[in-house]
Amino acid sequence: MTSSLRLRAAIVSIALFAAFLGIWHIATRGTGTVANMTPEYAKLMGLTATAGKSAMPGPLDVGAKLWEHLKSPFYDNGPNDKGLGIQLGFSIARVGLGYFLAVIVAIPLGFLIGMSPLFSKALDPFIQVLKPISPLAWMPLALYTIKDSSISAIFVIFICSVWPMLLNTSFGVAAVRKEWINVARTLEVGTIRRAFTVILPAAAPTILTGMRISIGIAWLVIVAAEMLVGGTGIGYFVWNEWNNLSITNVIIAILLIGIVGMLLDQILARFTRMVTFPE
Amino acid sequence: MTDKFISIEGIARRYPGADGGQISVFEDLWLSMPRGEFGCVIGHSGCGKTTVLNILAGLDEPSEGAVIVDGQAIEGTSLDRAVIFQSHALLPWRTVLGNVSYAVTSKWRKWDRAKVKAHAQKFIDLVGLTGSEHKRPSELSGGMKQRVGIARALSITPKIMLMDEPFSALDALTRGTLQDEVRRICLETGQTAFMITHDVDEAIYLADKIFLMTNGPGAVLAEIVENPLPKDRARIDLHRHPLYYALRNHIVDFLVSRSKTFAATVINHDPRNVPIVRPGLSEPTIVASPKMIETSPAQTIAR
Repeated sequence: MTSSLRLRAAIVSIALFAAFLGIWHIATRGTGTVANMTPEYAKLMGLTATAGKSAMPGPLDVGAKLWEHLKSPFYDNGPNDKGLGIQLGFSIARVGLGYFLAVIVAIPLGFLIGMSPLFSKALDPFIQVLKPISPLAWMPLALYTIKDSSISAIFVIFICSVWPMLLNTSFGVAAVRKEWINVARTLEVGTIRRAFTVILPAAAPTILTGMRISIGIAWLVIVAAEMLVGGTGIGYFVWNEWNNLSITNVIIAILLIGIVGMLLDQILARFTRMVTFPE
Repeated sequence: MTDKFISIEGIARRYPGADGGQISVFEDLWLSMPRGEFGCVIGHSGCGKTTVLNILAGLDEPSEGAVIVDGQAIEGTSLDRAVIFQSHALLPWRTVLGNVSYAVTSKWRKWDRAKVKAHAQKFIDLVGLTGSEHKRPSELSGGMKQRVGIARALSITPKIMLMDEPFSALDALTRGTLQDEVRRICLETGQTAFMITHDVDEAIYLADKIFLMTNGPGAVLAEIVENPLPKDRARIDLHRHPLYYALRNHIVDFLVSRSKTFAATVINHDPRNVPIVRPGLSEPTIVASPKMIETSPAQTIAR
C-alpha cells in the first residue's frame, strides 16, 4: 500500500517536472521579432536581436551549462571566475563556522534560561528585542568593528542562527516533565548530572528542532550576506553573474542553493530522528 | 507505639489563596509508623494525601512541622526513601535495564559497570521482568512499566518505599498481580512501606495500618484502622475472612459519610492522639482512646 503510494507519488513528481521543463522550453523558444540591422550591429546585439531568441535561457541551455560546471567544479581563474564547487565551499564553510559558534553559545545559555527562572526573566527583554532584528542589519556594525568582510559574514550567520536554538533549548529544558525531574531528585542526582542524564536527553528533540530551523535560516541569510560582502561564496556568485547578465548561471546557482539547503536540512532531520524517543 | 521509625510531627501545608489569604490543605498532622510496617492512607481527592507523601519523599516541604525518619529530621530528598510514582515516570530513552541501572549508579557511584548490571538484574528478576531488560518503556504494557518502577525503587534498597497510587492506572487483573508482588516483596524483605490509595480493597489486602483522612481543605487524620486480618492473608479468599466485611464497611462508611461530616461532629479531635480502631465481629472497638475528656482550650494552645 505504502510502496504503491510512493510509486504513484514519484510518477506524479516526474510528470510535473517534465511538464515544467516542457513549458519552460516552449516559452523560451526563439519567437521574438527579428529587427533588420547591419551585420556589425547584429554582432553587438547577440542572438536575442538577430534570431529572435528569448533572453531567458531554456532548459537545454541551463542543462548544458550545468554539465560544464559539474565537469570542473573547482577551477580557479582569478577572483571573478571560480568553480561553483569553490563558491559553494566558501558559503558552507561560513555557515558551518557561524552556526558552530551559535551552537556553543545558544545551547548552554538555553540550559541556563530553561533551568533558572531568574535568568529566564532577566534575559527575556534582551532576547525579545534582539530576536526580530534582521541579521543583515548587523552587517555595517560588524564591518565597522571587525574590519573584515569574511568574518562579518560569519558573525551575521552566528547572530541569525542563535535565536531559534536559544529559544528552543530554553523551552525544551523548561518543559521537561516534572516526574522525570522528580525521579532524579529522589535519587539525589546532582545538578550537573541531572542536566546531562535527564534534561539533555528529554529536551534533545526540541533542541534539535531549533538547530534545524537555525541551519535553514543560516543558509537563507548567507546568500544575502555574501551579496553584500562580495569576494567569494555562492551569494557573491549569483550577484556577479547578474552583473555579467548570465541568467543561465544565476538559474544554476539558484538550483544549487536549493539542493545544498535541502541536504543541510536532511542532515539535521536525521540527527533529530536519532535523539527522538517514543513514549 | 514506642518504635517510631517514621514520625510525622505536626506538619501543615498551606498555599497562597486567590484573595491574598492562605488555603490550608491540612493542619497539624501527626502520624507515626514502626519499622517493617505497611501503612496506607485513604481519603478523597483533595485531602492532601499526595502532599503528605511528597513531603515524606522530600519533594515538597511542609509549611510547618517536621518529619523524622529513623531518628533524623528529613531535609530534601534522599536515597533512603524510594518513590514509586503513579505515572511510573520511567525515562523513555533508557531501556528497562538502563532505568534500573540509573538508580543503582545514583546510589553507588563507584561501582563498575558489571557490578551495577548484576545488581540491577537481580531486581529486574525479582519483579518478573527477566528477558525484557533491553526493551524500552514504550514497548512495555502499563503493568510491566510499573514493575520497572518497583524494581527501580527497590534496587536502591531504601529504608522506606513510598507509593503514590501506584496501581490506579492499571486494569484490575494487572493490579491484582502487582499487589501480590508488592506484598510478597515487602513481607520477604521486611520493607517499610507507605502508600496512598483510593482503593479500599487494596488497602485491606496490603496494609497493616490504614490512615483515614477527612476531606480537604483543612483535612485531618481522623482515625487509624488496624488491620485485623491475619498476616498470611491471600488476595483470593480475602473476602471470605469473617472480619473482612466489618473492616471494609468501616472504611467505606467513613469515605461515604464520615469523611465529610467529621470536622463538624467530632469537636474534641486531638490530632496528636488519633483514635486507633480495630474493627471486630461486632461494632468497631476503640483500642487506644484519646484523652478526650481532659482536652481543654488551654491544652490546645499549649500544644
